[in-house]
Amino acid sequence: MSELLRSYLTVAIFGAVAILLVSSLLGLGSVLRPQRAQGGKYLSYESGVDAVGTGWAQAEIRYYIFALLFVLFDVEAVFIFPWATRLEAYGAFGAIEMGIFIVILALGLLYAWRKGVLRWI
Amino acid sequence: MTLAVELSYWQQSILRTVGVLAAVLLPAGTFVYVFLFKMVSFMQSRLGPMEAGPHGSMQLFAEVGKFIQKEDIVPNRADARLFKAAPYLVVAAVLLVYVAVPFGPDALFADLDVGIFYALAVSSVGVIGVLVAGWASANKYSLIGGLRAAGQLIAYELPLVLAVIGVVIQAGTLNMQRIVMAQAEGSIFGFDGLGNPFVLTQLVGFVIFLIATQAELTQTPFDMPVAESELVTGFMTEYSGLRFLLFFIAEFASAGALAALAATLFLGGWYFPGLDPDANYMNIVGPLVLLAKMMVIGGLIFLVRFTYPRLREDQLQKFAWTVLIPISLLNILVTMVLKVAF
Repeated sequence: MSELLRSYLTVAIFGAVAILLVSSLLGLGSVLRPQRAQGGKYLSYESGVDAVGTGWAQAEIRYYIFALLFVLFDVEAVFIFPWATRLEAYGAFGAIEMGIFIVILALGLLYAWRKGVLRWI
Repeated sequence: MTLAVELSYWQQSILRTVGVLAAVLLPAGTFVYVFLFKMVSFMQSRLGPMEAGPHGSMQLFAEVGKFIQKEDIVPNRADARLFKAAPYLVVAAVLLVYVAVPFGPDALFADLDVGIFYALAVSSVGVIGVLVAGWASANKYSLIGGLRAAGQLIAYELPLVLAVIGVVIQAGTLNMQRIVMAQAEGSIFGFDGLGNPFVLTQLVGFVIFLIATQAELTQTPFDMPVAESELVTGFMTEYSGLRFLLFFIAEFASAGALAALAATLFLGGWYFPGLDPDANYMNIVGPLVLLAKMMVIGGLIFLVRFTYPRLREDQLQKFAWTVLIPISLLNILVTMVLKVAF
């Protein structure tokens, strides 16, 4: 197996270790803890009064717009990372190219800002 | 350079497993005891836990013992499967970040070529865990808290990632080990006594990274998702006993993980000026140096946490999008121009 795949095998092993860690802790707990079922314990918590309606209520739409903006800039970051490692080889040409790229994206942020999307209230 | 003893891949893997458990739990435990129990107590003119062990040093074990005996409660209304899955996601995300962190010249879990990129990508998986927890609880506080947390984590993910790009431009690599070496072997205007810790040349990036870290960890002044006075504890409202403990461990372990990333990227990682970065003893000294640097960053995080009041939700989003992100974009452009010019 190549060195590259081996290092990602470590990643997979660590994922398994995390799942094992959590499930063994919960398993140990299930041996030690008491279980006395009483109906009241399993009600949703709502500061002491009985829960009104369902917990899956409507939420603010703004979170959705922030998520869209996030995708825009996160993809930008994905493009910048490989370029950043090779900047020395590209020199001035790479710098100008990336300058244009970042300015165009910053214009997108400016547009959202001017439209008032970034204001909460 | 090779190790004195040759181990097969599977023997190494067992060692790594033990190593990562130590790397996750040790800093998390130290952070909780030193900062959450003791430092805040002294800041508020009290002693903190004193009963369990000398100066309450065994308090953590007492706490785990308490949580392990607590009854397991899943609310009737909750989506039980997702409710139980959320802690796994949150803990796994933290543990996987440590894969990329180097602790010494040979003391590393995996020499990933895309190191820092991988670490940032994996650390954001925790957001999904938080959203799942908030949604599956079927509780109004949890839903609002989960959405707030997700909104906040993605808003501050960007400055975090963009601040790192300055370091990547300077080091010319994504590999964490080579970023450390770049700092160890670098020089400041020809003076190489200190190496070149990027905190000196990337001060703006470092400050942005710390602010974003504070928000990623949902510590005060950015703790609206778990604001106890308005949302009880946000997405954790319905969690109790062991599952709550898992969220708690994950919170402090990710404080450790982000402190380790900050120490590696900006403070020179396991390297200490004056020591030989290729020497074999650095495999023992390196982890201690890194832990010391993590404690410095952790100390800063918790000092801020216990000093400042909470921001409002709208101030939070506005600060990320209109202050931090433009500054970090500017930081990239300036770093780029300086790198090409010199």
